[in-house]
Amino acid sequence: MKVNMVTALNMALMQEMKRDKNVVVIGEDVGRDGGVFRVTEGLLEKFPGRVIDTPLAELAIVGVSIGMAVYGLRPVAEVQFDGFVHPAMDQIVNHMARLRNRTRGRYTVPMVLRFPYGGGIKALEHHSDSPETFFVHTPGLMVVIPSGPYDAKGLLASAIRSPDPVIFMEPKRIYRAVKEEVPEEDYTVPIGEAKIVREGADITLIAYGSMARECVKAAEASKHSVEIVDLRTLSPLDFDTVEKSVRKTGRAVIVHEAARTLGMGAEISALISEKLLLSLKAPVKRVTGFDIIMPLPQMEDYYLPNVERINRAVNECMEF
Amino acid sequence: MTEKIAASFQVPYLQTMDEAGNVDKKLMPTLDNDAIKAMYRVMALARTLDETMLKLQREGRCGVYAPLRGQEASQVGAAAALSKDDWLFPIYRDAAAMLLKGMPAKLIIQYFKGDERGMNMPKGVNIFPFAIPVSTQNPHAVGAAMAAKMRGDKIAVMVFLGDGASSKGDFYEAMNFAGVFKAPVAFVCENNQYAISVPRSGQTAAETIAQKAIACGFPGVQVDGNDVFAVYKVAMEAVKRAKDGKGPTLIECITYRLADHTTADDATKYRSEAEVKEWEKKDPIMRLEKYMIANRIMNEAEIKNAKEEARKAVDKSVADAEAEPKQKPEDIFSYMYGEMPQKLKEQMEYMKSFGEKK
Repeated sequence: MKVNMVTALNMALMQEMKRDKNVVVIGEDVGRDGGVFRVTEGLLEKFPGRVIDTPLAELAIVGVSIGMAVYGLRPVAEVQFDGFVHPAMDQIVNHMARLRNRTRGRYTVPMVLRFPYGGGIKALEHHSDSPETFFVHTPGLMVVIPSGPYDAKGLLASAIRSPDPVIFMEPKRIYRAVKEEVPEEDYTVPIGEAKIVREGADITLIAYGSMARECVKAAEASKHSVEIVDLRTLSPLDFDTVEKSVRKTGRAVIVHEAARTLGMGAEISALISEKLLLSLKAPVKRVTGFDIIMPLPQMEDYYLPNVERINRAVNECMEF
Repeated sequence: MTEKIAASFQVPYLQTMDEAGNVDKKLMPTLDNDAIKAMYRVMALARTLDETMLKLQREGRCGVYAPLRGQEASQVGAAAALSKDDWLFPIYRDAAAMLLKGMPAKLIIQYFKGDERGMNMPKGVNIFPFAIPVSTQNPHAVGAAMAAKMRGDKIAVMVFLGDGASSKGDFYEAMNFAGVFKAPVAFVCENNQYAISVPRSGQTAAETIAQKAIACGFPGVQVDGNDVFAVYKVAMEAVKRAKDGKGPTLIECITYRLADHTTADDATKYRSEAEVKEWEKKDPIMRLEKYMIANRIMNEAEIKNAKEEARKAVDKSVADAEAEPKQKPEDIFSYMYGEMPQKLKEQMEYMKSFGEKK
């Protein structure tokens, strides 16, 4: 059936809660309200006692989930917006990511922390940020960002089954923007595997989340033969797929909403220069958010990478 | 229109045994002589381990250590209320509680010698690895308690924290969750009067730390933390309350850190010798010894013998910890994820190419 990302995520939660009675959903407004974006709608009725509406306290939502995970549950915690994940950073960095290592494997934290991220929906201040780099930079975490409904369902199912903590960021501007064929039956999309979403010969665009879709639009508008790698997982990064593509095209542009400095673009660019220097026909380019505070809605279009910015970079690479 | 008192609360305080070891029989918990001796032995073991760790640190045989001297009754009295299936969430200064709950001294020594394997709890020992970042353990304990309740396990969770930790949002957020979800958890605040140099009065203007529970809708009690019987009694009540489905309790143990904050601290900078001397008179171990001698539970020779046994046990644990072969260098990579990502495999091979470090 054709569904949007919100429904696909909801299907994944339904599927996994049915499959494993240890899976619980915890967060603000996730029960009766079904989540502010309705991702958890209907779960409370179907799984009473396993969907927990919490007090308004992100640190405790994550900290309590860690305790639950060590005790043997598989919590799927929700934080309502990207900008509100920061109070939980202490728990994420100092405990969620570290427990396996600091107990030499005795205790693990099989939990998922979901939150919507990114701009493009004219949201309030603190509701449009892209903080993925903090998590990618933290050893011990996995970071997953789907770009469409099919992957969203399959990746969330994998995240819930993962033996390690997964930060699952959902591009909120995609939530209801596109529909895809999503099987009702149980399936997973493996964590750690990028996907070629469009084949091309001249240049590789590397993106994830909402920007993977912006890249498709850019490729459709471009006169060049553009290949697109949707990373899907930022940590652990599937560089093999990037490598194969860039070896073929000899050109790479990395696109993300997050601020430029030390973003995924910096890391991928460094990996390309370490491993593929002699395959390159042009310098690697980055099309990213600027190193500024995410603007309020009136000016957000100046910040967000778009088709025009992506294709200028593509043309510059092609003309180098 | 009306004007009234919307709510009023009280914070009880309990002491069953005074500094001279005299007890009020009406207030005493039910404890047979063997149980009292067992508690004493753990207190003596913890004191001996503590002294040994300071010595090892001075000799360069162990890293920074946080001594618990003076807090043995708070830790042992509280943890003695737990059964095997119950869970303990300690902090870095809780060696006595951990020893009582079954953590081998060898592992504590190993950890402070800088070896992660010290946190690899033996199977069946329900202790969460102790928290270093202050107060962060509180939500974990509540999460475990909520999980136990959801699964129908009739257990209690006990979490330790210091007076400094009571200032952090983690503490309030965790207590608030515990109150809302009636989590089977006992918060044990070891109010040892100082968070490094900042005295209790500098942490909160509240009259007691115990009263902070009231804001979260459950009882807070204060207890003489150097009186092992009083601590045990209130801890038993808290654990029973938890297991009966009545929810959490906060216990504030009034105690004192007789030693420095850690081996890297010098407490003479911020507190007077006279103050420390006053608290030495309230030493929890001395107090229990006086009680046991007066009540013919253990005589002086038996006490001496118990201390010698503690010494032997600690020496053996030190020897065992020091005889442990070093971890393999690859172990620093091996426990990052269930399955090692390619990039870590590459970094590990790179590290190994430089050979072994001394």
